[in-house]
Amino acid sequence: MSLEFIIAAIVTVVGLTTPILLAGLGELVVEKSGVLNLGVEGMMLVGAISGFGVTVMTFNPWIGVLGAAAGGAAASMLFAVLVLQLNSNQVATGLALTIFGTGLSSLLGLSFTGRIVAPFLSVFPDALAKDPIWRVIFGYSPIVYFALVMVPLTAWFLKSTRAGLILRAVGENDLSAHSIGYSVIKVRYAAIAFGGAMAGIGGCYFSMVITPMWAEKMTAGRGWIALALVVFAGWRTGRLLAGAYFFGILMALELYAKASGFSFLPSQFWAAMPYAMTVVALSFISSRGTAGANAPACLGKPFLPST
Amino acid sequence: MRLKLEKRREPSLAMLVITPIASVILTMVIGIVVFDLIGIKGFKAVVDIFLSPILASYKWQDVALKAAPLVIIALGLSVGNRAQVWNIGAEGQYVIGALCAAGVGVGFGTTGGFFVVLLMVLAGIVGGGVWATVPAWLRTRFNVNEILSSLMLTYVALQVLSYLVGGPWKDPNGRNFPATAPLDPSQTLPVWHGSTVHLGVLIALILPFVFWVVMARSEFGYQVRVVGSSPTAARHGGFDGRSTIFATLIISGAMAGLAGALEFTGVLHKIDLGFPSGYGFTAIIVAFLGRLNPIGCLIAGTVLAVTYVGGQMAQTSVHIPNSTAGIFQAMMLFFILASDILVRYRIRVIPSAKPAPIAKAEV
Repeated sequence: MSLEFIIAAIVTVVGLTTPILLAGLGELVVEKSGVLNLGVEGMMLVGAISGFGVTVMTFNPWIGVLGAAAGGAAASMLFAVLVLQLNSNQVATGLALTIFGTGLSSLLGLSFTGRIVAPFLSVFPDALAKDPIWRVIFGYSPIVYFALVMVPLTAWFLKSTRAGLILRAVGENDLSAHSIGYSVIKVRYAAIAFGGAMAGIGGCYFSMVITPMWAEKMTAGRGWIALALVVFAGWRTGRLLAGAYFFGILMALELYAKASGFSFLPSQFWAAMPYAMTVVALSFISSRGTAGANAPACLGKPFLPST
Repeated sequence: MRLKLEKRREPSLAMLVITPIASVILTMVIGIVVFDLIGIKGFKAVVDIFLSPILASYKWQDVALKAAPLVIIALGLSVGNRAQVWNIGAEGQYVIGALCAAGVGVGFGTTGGFFVVLLMVLAGIVGGGVWATVPAWLRTRFNVNEILSSLMLTYVALQVLSYLVGGPWKDPNGRNFPATAPLDPSQTLPVWHGSTVHLGVLIALILPFVFWVVMARSEFGYQVRVVGSSPTAARHGGFDGRSTIFATLIISGAMAGLAGALEFTGVLHKIDLGFPSGYGFTAIIVAFLGRLNPIGCLIAGTVLAVTYVGGQMAQTSVHIPNSTAGIFQAMMLFFILASDILVRYRIRVIPSAKPAPIAKAEV
């Protein structure tokens, strides 16, 4: 294996990992606040089209990413109102959000098919970003660095800040948090909005960096992998990063299997691999019985204060 | 004034029936407004999607054909949902069911007849059930979340389909197109003469009543409701909740498999990459719109089928994309979930005006 091949492989893995890492981080915060939002796939698609659309109209990918975050967050608010205000079933409402986001993004995307967006200019000087070797560190889209920075930031927020502590308290015991005087509903609104924004940015990575163009259902189930990732990581940010890269490598295998050498198995085998491995990984994690111990106690349950 | 929620002692039966109807109407109204805002003739779009398939009698058979798989899958899903079991991988079980039926068809070559077709349909039921065994077993044995595992297996099922129709089962006379050879006419489901309505439609009409009797009258139906009401209640009821959970997943898988086999033998007669059409996901909406009630599923499945057919009609008449029907379907689900609260709670209006007038009256 040549150095070039290894570098190309790493670049591919990082690219594939970024969207699920972003969406996974967002969902982790949402679940830590005690809410299960199964609409990640839908929010990613809304983010993908709103990021793309804003970039087409403003010629500025930075504003585009903001648009993606706003789009994802706006979509998540639909879910939030139903779940928090009307106590609807979280599983079903999340599913509805995914179905809605899929349809809405297709409809909005009609006028954007075939268009191409302005690419991000590298944040690093070309000498580094285009260098055949150093590109492995400096050659990515700014979204990749943002995702990597968000990992320790999220961990720090949840662990060491007052707001993070309140958020976890709300997720662990909403009634107690309520009785001390914290607004459970407001905290959960904020967490859901954050999750939506992160999923939106993760989604726009598909439409603005990977392809870069819009296609229906282009996130191809990655939102669901992000959801699995949170369980897989046992609601811990460090393990989420590791898990995201594990799945990134699996997805890269599919691309390489299609492109080259080891075609002794049909390409569909490799395409199914990340999904099958998700099931296997979930089984391992769940069977050890420790994963559940770390799950927020109020996850998925409606908040019903007696007053 | 202020709104206060008051828990009802019993879920309101009236609201249970009114809210789904209101959801459909509200979806239509909002649809008109939203489409007008984005520059599509809203009224025409909504009429085309919701009403024209009902008014045009030649579209009725299309509605029946679309409703059959939706109703059958939703029946299975609603049993699981009642036990708080969430199989969202029905699409995968549907595909595997169809593939198993196709496998039997391939095995018999051009031999057909009643028993071969019966065997194909049974293979579909078994195939869908077996595919759902994996999440069922993982859930009951290792406590693996069935939402994620069943959905992940859908993606695996799609790859199995892609492999089979592009490889071993590819039609040698199909110009290298990835699809199975069309079924021999002797291997297809019987159709009502002069139409395209196949036997599966009749099955979809009978099954809701079977499910209704089983869920309302049998021990199993009772157990499903107990498991759904609280995870620990089963132990007090003296039975193993895990086997109930296992059974609900197998039933929903088998129903999805049946729907896949019927669609294959009754409508499409071959399997290509376009075979997975999202029925497995739409059926989730059907189950909720039908209030997880078997007869409700029959009605809701028909409503959703109307929007499918109407969506296709609107595509040509007002040039709106097919995905629009998906938005309407999701909106219906949003409204039905939002209105759930009216079933369980009573909304009381509490005047927040200061008690001044009363005080005056006392004086």
